[in-house]
Amino acid sequence: MTVTPINQTGSGTRPKAAASESAIDQQLDPTTVAGKYGLSPADLERFGEEMDTIRKRIIAELGEEDAAYIRNVVKAQRGFEIAGRALFYLPPAWPLAVAALSVSKILDNMEIGHNVMHGQYDWMGDPGLNSRMYEWDNVCPGEQWKYSHNYIHHTFTNILGKDRDIGYGVLRMDEDQKWRPYYLGNPVYAFLLMVFFEWGVALHDLEVENIVAGKRSIADNKPLYPGLLRKIRRQALKDYVLFPALTGPLFVPTLLGNATANLVRNIWAFNIIFCGHFPAGVETFTEAESEDESRGHWYFRQLLGSANITGGKLFHLMTGNLSHQIEHHLFPDLPARRYPQVAAEVREICERYGLDYNTGPLGKQLFSVAKKICRLALPGKRDEGPGAPDAARVDTAA
Amino acid sequence: MAPTRSLARAVLGSRTLAALTAPHGVDRYLELVNPMWAAREVRARVVSIERETHTPNPVATVTLQPTSTWEGHRAGQHVQVGLELDGARRYTRVFTISSAASGPGERFTLTIRANDEGTVSSYLVEKARPGQILHLSQALGEFVLPDPLPSRLVFLSGGSGITPVMAMTRTLLRDGYDGAITFLHYAQTPAHQIYRDELAALGAADNGVDVHLVHPEAGGEFFSPAALDRIAPDWPDVDTYACGPAGLIEQVQAAYAGTDRLRVEYFKTPAVATGEAGGTVAFTRAGEQAANSGATLLEQAEAAGLRPEFGCRMGICFSCTARKSEGTIRNVLTGEESSLPDEDVRICVSAPVGDCAVEL
Repeated sequence: MTVTPINQTGSGTRPKAAASESAIDQQLDPTTVAGKYGLSPADLERFGEEMDTIRKRIIAELGEEDAAYIRNVVKAQRGFEIAGRALFYLPPAWPLAVAALSVSKILDNMEIGHNVMHGQYDWMGDPGLNSRMYEWDNVCPGEQWKYSHNYIHHTFTNILGKDRDIGYGVLRMDEDQKWRPYYLGNPVYAFLLMVFFEWGVALHDLEVENIVAGKRSIADNKPLYPGLLRKIRRQALKDYVLFPALTGPLFVPTLLGNATANLVRNIWAFNIIFCGHFPAGVETFTEAESEDESRGHWYFRQLLGSANITGGKLFHLMTGNLSHQIEHHLFPDLPARRYPQVAAEVREICERYGLDYNTGPLGKQLFSVAKKICRLALPGKRDEGPGAPDAARVDTAA
Repeated sequence: MAPTRSLARAVLGSRTLAALTAPHGVDRYLELVNPMWAAREVRARVVSIERETHTPNPVATVTLQPTSTWEGHRAGQHVQVGLELDGARRYTRVFTISSAASGPGERFTLTIRANDEGTVSSYLVEKARPGQILHLSQALGEFVLPDPLPSRLVFLSGGSGITPVMAMTRTLLRDGYDGAITFLHYAQTPAHQIYRDELAALGAADNGVDVHLVHPEAGGEFFSPAALDRIAPDWPDVDTYACGPAGLIEQVQAAYAGTDRLRVEYFKTPAVATGEAGGTVAFTRAGEQAANSGATLLEQAEAAGLRPEFGCRMGICFSCTARKSEGTIRNVLTGEESSLPDEDVRICVSAPVGDCAVEL
């Protein structure tokens, strides 16, 4: 069979797609990401069917184990929270109190909040674990986050101009975002976003960048303010007034402890989330190539727009299984504890189709993200190294 | 006991505690310690389960000890019961309360028939064990006695429809009602008769209750206005409460047409999936109805001129989740069909199968 365009534009070491045997190479469009990987629409359809098969099998298996798992995580989270709050009464145990409360907040936001609000446990019929009723320990109201995250980010993953998670409206995270002198501050903005991550997520829904760009009016935000302010007030009251006040003379250490726990959660969440979409090798897509896409192409885009982090069981739990960002993006509404289980299968399918499965240890992924943040502070297009995209696509996207 | 309980309730229900446990709520912490502790939610512990009949679809009376959050019930009301099966999925069903009116935190009973397709009813009748925890709503429903009470009443029931009128009779006798009650009940055979001993005692006692148990499959006469004439000649002028299967209720309604004395309650049998488009889709909030085209609920709602909320239109973002109150839907992604009443469904990937009602 003919050689696919990937070998002319990519690293040249990628295995040839099994798909290219389908004799419909004339349908390949080298200016699209699918074309770059040598996948025809028919290949994408078969790829999508394989993903759907995994999805259906897991849905059919859901039951007692999944329910027991999430209930145990909730129990553990509540336990850490109560322990953390209680340990503030023992001044020498301050670091321990902060650690327990940090673990509680991380579990609450990641393995519980993020996943429950994705509807992963709606099938249980438990109002305490229902996507419509759940609220997390974070200043961003769940209702608003579900719109920007579940709908916008998960539907339009890595489509430039549509997925607002690319750079959170603040950072330059892709070569195809036009450089402006403002982006010289990229590393500083990234650091601030990390420290104040929950606030960044909360303000994300106000779409300030779209207001600046004239795509959204300030009046459009009006309906969001009451919910946002209510949530901020509740979170601040609890962590910065009530619990400190309850420890009486220890008011200040408790307040600082609560603030530290929020900070730890922010730093952790930011790093895990940035490793999920921004390490080197993650693809972005243009609006044109994602228009009227097939289900197979949707899966393909989710796969190439995400990256995993390797690690042990405890690490996966603490990331809310977002260390399996690829599987999460393929199957956002399946219970996250299932992701490690399907990862091997997804990887095997990727190999057969000649697709990159972007994964690596935390250190490597973090370094890659940090490098990108710094490099993109400066003008310039993509790297010329292995895995670099084809020039044709960058030109058409510009 | 009572002052302690009200103090505990005041603390548990306080705004300060709610602020400390935000955003999860007090109950999310209490339930981890003891499922019978609750600040807002209502749960109950199964105290006992007594068989009423041993027929193919047996009936049992389940006694429940609710949490202190239970506000009590009026005779004739029902309650939503949530039950986790296999430790995973919670199913919610509605059952009428069969015991006399209860006060806050007081025990009450449900009398349940094990339906053929009823996972919850069969479980409660045949498998539930004392000590098990159920999830409850507060008591619901307007099928209740008026205040002030009339001096004369007719209770007319069929099958397990006896429960609300039994609750009324028990309440009236307990509270010293001095009027006259005609109690007419239809059961298939004597073996199907619920509360047999209690009703025999009621009929024998001097209490103003005139009990008539009719068993049509054992030679008894079916309901007719003439039958009513014989046992309660004044019936057209008497407040009548009727509950039972749809067939009986239709006949009773026909007999009482032209009077305003009749109040009825009946539970619809779930619509059976036809496996094809057909039927009617009802958008209950908008009050619209449309012929089921077989498209997804979202598409059909939009075709009917509604503007329901939606996001991805592919079943991943849950923006369009709405409550399906009746009927069967097929998940167009998985092909899975579901007929649970009061179920949250993603309308963008759910197509109705036959008749269906959604709260849109």
